[in-house]
Amino acid sequence: MSLVLDNLKKSYREPGGGKIPVLNVARLELQAAEQVALIGTSGGGKTTLLNVIAGITAPDSGRVLIDNTDVTSLNEASRDRFRALKIGFVFQTFNLLPAFTALENVLLGMCFAGKGTDSHRATDLLKRVGLGHRLNHRPPQLSVGEQQRVAVARALANHPSLLLADEPTASVDVANQNTILDLIRDACKENKVSLLLVTHAPDVAARFGRIEKLSDFNRPQ
Amino acid sequence: MNLVTISIKSIKQRLLSSSLTALSVALGVMLMVAVLIINGVVSDLFSQPSFGFNLVVGPKGSDLSLALSAIYRLDKPGEPLPYLFYKELKEHRAVEKAVPIAIGDVTQQGAFPIVGTIPEFFDLDYAYGKPFRVRGEFLKTPWDAVIGSRVAATNGWGIGSEFKLIHGGAESDHVHDEKFRVVGVLAPTGTPNDRTAFVSLAGFWAIAGHEKPLKEAVDRLEKFRYPVPQSLRETVAEPKKGHDHGHDHDHGLLDEQKEVTAIFIRTKSTAGSIALAGEINEDVRALAVNPIFPMKRLMTMIVDNIKLMLLTLTSLIIVVSAVSIFVSIYNSMADRRREIGIMRALGARRETVFAIILAESALLCLGGGVIGLLLGHGIVAVASPIIESRSGILVNPLSFEPLELVLFPVLLVLGSLIGFLPGLAAYRTDVAAALSE
Repeated sequence: MSLVLDNLKKSYREPGGGKIPVLNVARLELQAAEQVALIGTSGGGKTTLLNVIAGITAPDSGRVLIDNTDVTSLNEASRDRFRALKIGFVFQTFNLLPAFTALENVLLGMCFAGKGTDSHRATDLLKRVGLGHRLNHRPPQLSVGEQQRVAVARALANHPSLLLADEPTASVDVANQNTILDLIRDACKENKVSLLLVTHAPDVAARFGRIEKLSDFNRPQ
Repeated sequence: MNLVTISIKSIKQRLLSSSLTALSVALGVMLMVAVLIINGVVSDLFSQPSFGFNLVVGPKGSDLSLALSAIYRLDKPGEPLPYLFYKELKEHRAVEKAVPIAIGDVTQQGAFPIVGTIPEFFDLDYAYGKPFRVRGEFLKTPWDAVIGSRVAATNGWGIGSEFKLIHGGAESDHVHDEKFRVVGVLAPTGTPNDRTAFVSLAGFWAIAGHEKPLKEAVDRLEKFRYPVPQSLRETVAEPKKGHDHGHDHDHGLLDEQKEVTAIFIRTKSTAGSIALAGEINEDVRALAVNPIFPMKRLMTMIVDNIKLMLLTLTSLIIVVSAVSIFVSIYNSMADRRREIGIMRALGARRETVFAIILAESALLCLGGGVIGLLLGHGIVAVASPIIESRSGILVNPLSFEPLELVLFPVLLVLGSLIGFLPGLAAYRTDVAAALSE
C-alpha cells in the first residue's frame, strides 16, 4: 500500500480568531504504482491536501501513511528528509529555480535529499523527457512545455514512491497538455511510482482509470 | 552541487546588486589594506631597532628633527657644527668611532639627498650586524660618490656616471658646477641610504659656497668656545686685497671654516654612550641623542595614533558596506520567498535554507575582501612612486602586513552576522504560503 489518508482534518485560522475547515477526509487509499486523478473545484482544498500529504502543512488531526510511515508523526526535519526521498512534486507553475540550468534544477532535488548528486542520472532523466539537448539551458530559455518536463524529471530524481502533481497541465497549451500527461503517467508507470494528480479539468481526469472527486470524500463542514 | 554552489548561483542571479554590495566591501578593505601597508612601511622605517651607531650629535634643538634630518633625510638640517667639534668628539675617551656628515644638497637629477661623509661611514653597519655591501668601491678621492640602490635604479646611474648637486635642496635652482663621479653602488638596505648619494666630505667642502666665510667661522668658533688663532683674527680684520671669498677657486680650506651637519658616534660601551650623551647635552653647544628614542616617541605619539584613526575610519567603511549587504539581502528576501518555498518543498530543511543565505552573505563579504586586498596592493603600487617622490619613503606594494590575514576571519564573522536576520527570514518561511504566491 502506497498512500493512506486516515481521518485527516485541517482548518485555517481566520484573522478574527475563528476557524475555516478545509479538509475532513475520512479515508483515501492509493495502491503502490496506482495512478489516481483527484478532481475538485478551485478553493476546494486540493492544494492543501497535497501539502498535508507531502508534510509541508501539518494537519490538525489524522494520519498520512506513505509506505507505512506516518508522515504526521515525524518531526519537521524528518518530514523534510522523507519528502525529499519519497515524494516527487510537480507544480502547476513548474517552480523551477531560474538561476539554475535544467540539469542543475534536477540535481537540486538530489542535493536536498542528502544522498549526493548524480549527474548521470539527472542527465538520463532529462534525456528521457526529451531534453537531452537542453541540459544547460536555464528556465527562461525553455518553453513552457519544456519547463514542465524539467519539473517532471526533477520530481523523479530521488526515486520517489509517490508523485504528487498539482494541476501540472494548467499552465501549458492544449498541444502540450497531453504530452505532459503522458510523460508523467509513463514515467510513473515505468518507475512504479504511485501518482496522485490533482486537476479541476474533467478532460484531464478522464484519462485516468481511477478518478476521485474531492467533494465525495472531503466534507470539511 | 552543494550549499556554496547554490549560494553562488543566487549571487549570480542578482549579479548587479551583488557586485555593487561586494564592491562596497572591496573599497573598504582596499582602503584598510592600503593604510596597513603604508603604515607598516612607515613603522618599519621609523622603528629600526638598531643602527650602526648609538648617538647622533647635532645642533641644539629638537632631537626628533635631528634624527629625521641626519638619518632619514626627511627634515631640513639645523645650524651646522664646527668641524673642530667633530675632531674633539673623535678623541673622546668613550668614542670608538665618529663619522661626520654634511647634508643639505640634492642631486640635480631625481633630487636625491646628498650626504657628504668620510670613507669610515661605510664601516658603520647600516643596522646591527648588517654591513654595507657595495658594487665598485667606497669613497677614495674628493670627487668620488657612492650611490644607494634606489638612486642608481631611478636615475639609471652606474659606476662612472657623473652628476651635479643642487644647492640647499630641491626648491633651489642653484646648480653647483662641480661634478661627482660614481665609484660604487650600494646593495639595497631597505633604509634611507638606498635613496641617498654619498659624496666625499672633502669634495663637498671643496664646492664653491660650501665653505664658511671667515668672519662667520670666527664667530661660530667663539660661540663654541674654541680658541681662535691670532692669524685668523688678523685675516678677518684685514682681508688681503684682491682675495674675494665669494668666488670658486680652491681655498685650501682651514679646519676652522669646515662644518658638519651631524656626527654619528659609536661608543665603546653602552654606559659610555649614556655618559657621553649626558656630557654633550649638559653643554649648550650641541645635542646628542640615541635616535631610537625620538623615533619611538614619534611612532607612539603620532604614527600609531594616525594608524588607529585611519583603521577606525576604514573599519567603519567596512561596517557601512556590510550594512549595505544586509539591506540588499534582506530586501531580496521578499522576492526570494517563493524560491525558498520551492527548495523547502524539494526537501531542503530550514537549517539548509538558513545556511544558504548565510553562505551568500559570507561569500559576498569574503569576495569583496579578496577584491579589496588586490585593489589595496594595486593602489599602493600606483601611489608608491608619488609617496616616494613626496616623502622619500619607499613603499613596496607587495609587502604584506600580518593584520591583512585577520581581515578574512573578521569578514567571515561579519558576513555571518549580517546574513543572520535574512537567514532567519528564510528559516521561518511558510512553505505553503510561499508556494501559493
